[in-house]
Amino acid sequence: MPEILIQRKKQVFRKGKDDFSIKCGKDSTAGSVSQRSCVFCGSRVVLYPIVDALHLVHGPIGCAAYTWDLRGSLSSGRQLHRMSFSTDLQEKDVVFGGEKKLYQSLVELIDKYKPKSAFVYATCIVGIIGDDVDAVCKRVSKEKGVPVLPVHSEGFKGTKKDGYKAACEALFKLVGTSEIKDTGKFSINILGDFNIAGETWMIRDYYSRMGVEVVSTITGDGRTDDICRAHGASLNIVQCSGSMMYLAKMMKEEYGIPFMRVSYFGIEDTSDALLKVAEFFKNTEIVARTKQLIKEETEIYLSEIYKYKNELEGKKATIYVGGAFKAFSLIKALDMIGMSVAVVGSQTGNQDDYARLKEMCDEGTIILDDSNPVELAHFSLEKNVDIFIGGVKERPMAYKLGIGFCDHNHHRKEVLTGYRGTLNFVREVYSSVMSPVWRFTNRK
Amino acid sequence: MNTTATKNPCKLCAPLGASLVFKGIRGAIPVLHGSQGCATYIRGYFISHFREPVDIASSNFVETTSIFGGEKNLCEALENINRQYNPEVIGVATTCLSETIGDNVPLFLNNFLKKKGSEPFPDIIFASTPSYSGSHIDGFHAAVKAVVEYYSHFRETADLLSARGREGNSVAVLPNFVSPEDIRHLKEIILDFGVNPVFVPDYSQTLDGVSWNKYEKIPEGGTSKEELLSLRKVSSVIELGNSLNEKDSAGKFLESEVGTKRHGLGLPIGIDLTDDFFNSLKIISGRKIPDKYIAQRGRLVDAYCDAHKYLFGKKAVVFGDEDMVVSIARFLCETGIIPVLCASGAQGSELKKALQQLSMEYKNKIVIRTKADFVDIEEEAVALKPDFLIGNSKGYTLSRKMGVPLIRVGFPVHDRFGASRISHLCYKGTQELFDRIVNTIIAKKQSESAAGYTYM
Repeated sequence: MPEILIQRKKQVFRKGKDDFSIKCGKDSTAGSVSQRSCVFCGSRVVLYPIVDALHLVHGPIGCAAYTWDLRGSLSSGRQLHRMSFSTDLQEKDVVFGGEKKLYQSLVELIDKYKPKSAFVYATCIVGIIGDDVDAVCKRVSKEKGVPVLPVHSEGFKGTKKDGYKAACEALFKLVGTSEIKDTGKFSINILGDFNIAGETWMIRDYYSRMGVEVVSTITGDGRTDDICRAHGASLNIVQCSGSMMYLAKMMKEEYGIPFMRVSYFGIEDTSDALLKVAEFFKNTEIVARTKQLIKEETEIYLSEIYKYKNELEGKKATIYVGGAFKAFSLIKALDMIGMSVAVVGSQTGNQDDYARLKEMCDEGTIILDDSNPVELAHFSLEKNVDIFIGGVKERPMAYKLGIGFCDHNHHRKEVLTGYRGTLNFVREVYSSVMSPVWRFTNRK
Repeated sequence: MNTTATKNPCKLCAPLGASLVFKGIRGAIPVLHGSQGCATYIRGYFISHFREPVDIASSNFVETTSIFGGEKNLCEALENINRQYNPEVIGVATTCLSETIGDNVPLFLNNFLKKKGSEPFPDIIFASTPSYSGSHIDGFHAAVKAVVEYYSHFRETADLLSARGREGNSVAVLPNFVSPEDIRHLKEIILDFGVNPVFVPDYSQTLDGVSWNKYEKIPEGGTSKEELLSLRKVSSVIELGNSLNEKDSAGKFLESEVGTKRHGLGLPIGIDLTDDFFNSLKIISGRKIPDKYIAQRGRLVDAYCDAHKYLFGKKAVVFGDEDMVVSIARFLCETGIIPVLCASGAQGSELKKALQQLSMEYKNKIVIRTKADFVDIEEEAVALKPDFLIGNSKGYTLSRKMGVPLIRVGFPVHDRFGASRISHLCYKGTQELFDRIVNTIIAKKQSESAAGYTYM
């Protein structure tokens, strides 16, 4: 057995043997090498894809440096989101406060880059040194005539999830600030897709083929103006529910817009998602067009996907993701090609998520909450998995142990959602599992 | 226009540098005293560059920690790391958060060890690395100094010293923030002089290792405790990089506290600076330069001659860490290339001092920019019409925009493969760098030519 820290015993679950509810949603154990990040990271990744906004990180240099050009989120217009801006607080600012520097920075950057909006991320020390970020944002907003939104993302104030919430609160301040003009009845907002490798464009295209109007994409290839008029849509479609449910709920309460949780990972889930949206509008033409789309896309891709099934049948995977919702789709996608999951975990899953994972998985599957490299490596080896599906932090660990890897995180440059993405995913898995290199490693 | 804010930074934060140093001590694991994000971001950066697992623990501040102080979290972290990783050394570095709330970490550690009493516990080395002060390079040097101070203060070492005297055939090497390949090469050279080097740090194996059959919680390699304890006995110390100020220099500490002879040298890139390095080794070892290196130098001179026409008057933009920029600029000048812009995100007094002389020789054709970010660099670079850029991956945006090739050196190199094996140092490293530069220039001319010749 690996050294599972006492504090973590209830976060490691073996189906068929253990019988307890996973103690999730708690702070990471001090001294364990958690794969989680922080509140700031949560806010930064969610807002990152808004391409015409100025993203100013208020704090010392690190937070801005490590998040510069971090995500694979593409833009069809401006590229401002790919720049990194920091107030780069110095010792004297820590002593005397950073408000003046923040004000100056904002004014200069808005003049220079003319953004449509600005987000100011408060990092760990901002509250401690007593900066009133709200007041500075308000002042600059008034002076410059551009919405300047504070994001309360002090790193230590919770987990990434709290960062998502802070981001949603900032977004919610934009929603409803402009006129709804020409928005049709069959209209939606796409929430929680971040246009990694152009995924939002692909999904947007599905909806346009169905005859559904997309008012805004939040936040993939996101535009300030679209977000401002997002309250005109009839329905919010939420993927990556971990990050965007807060916004969907607030919009429901304030504007009465219903929401729907979906996933675009895998053929089954993508088809379900599109059909659910079509049926919501109770319009026979939309439903017919959607069914046609599903049929066409499935025909193109399914036979391609099945070509890989023979060789992948019976192979096993570890899945470790940020939000557990993604794991459900991945398990289904693997099942389609005859693969099973032997170890599955997430950084920030909740009780419901883990209950569902327990239900979906086979006997003996290991389920992990907020795990660390020691545990992930141990269980992956114990189960002799063929591939690890996770983020880049886990990649070298898998390779070191002679295990294949598929990057399913936001750094990636491949489309993995929708029909085309499912084929890409299967090809990614195949190209790693079937590589000839493993025979030279210790785990043959 | 210079702005108050930093845009596309040409520097990283201090705890990153400290973590790297701790990764170069055998059996050591770093722990960052602050929020979880600091450890995770820094791990992400290292992983993308080295393509190795890099475990860095965190004391994981939560809201109450920042109100009541981080002592409890730090103690719990130390206990858990010890339990799960069974390390020989734990390297603690602070972050902006723990420094801002005023955590007195040395006191916490004292209390912690007092409570432990006679119970054995790993060595705990502490470096103060607030991110609001300096850059990753300053964090690196702070940790090097912390390691050196920690082990040269051991009483038993002092006793050992008086009993046995100094060891003339050992040398402390403080190599600066260089690649694993560079460390391996420096080690080879020094051993060829018949001298045993003690590197602080040595991550040549821990961050560029072999395939495993189980998870190596702490990868093999690094400078051992025994070697570190011998630091007090070594007669000389080689400290690479001239940008450190007096108080951050572990070499100067050894010189003043232990009486070690210090050889402060620029990073040995190019012929002049490598000659200085080899001359120091001659003095330290009392031996001649081994033939192998005379031949390497000879081939490099020969290559300079063979390629000089491709390079004369070509213009380069050099950016990155201060010491690297200084040495690369000097190397480029040796070959006839003009480093028209030399920029670093650092405060950069050394950069100014070292390159002012060079700039005068070149009739002020060299622009020097300190505290620069990539937007500043871009604004300067466009008018200078360089033939290539040389620096880390972060210059790619500019390279693409200007349609000018980027030669990747330093850290981070995370848009290419094999960063751990990039050679920069001494005759051999310079040769590799030189060949890459020459071929970049040749390739550019070839691809832009109408004929597309295959022979020249």
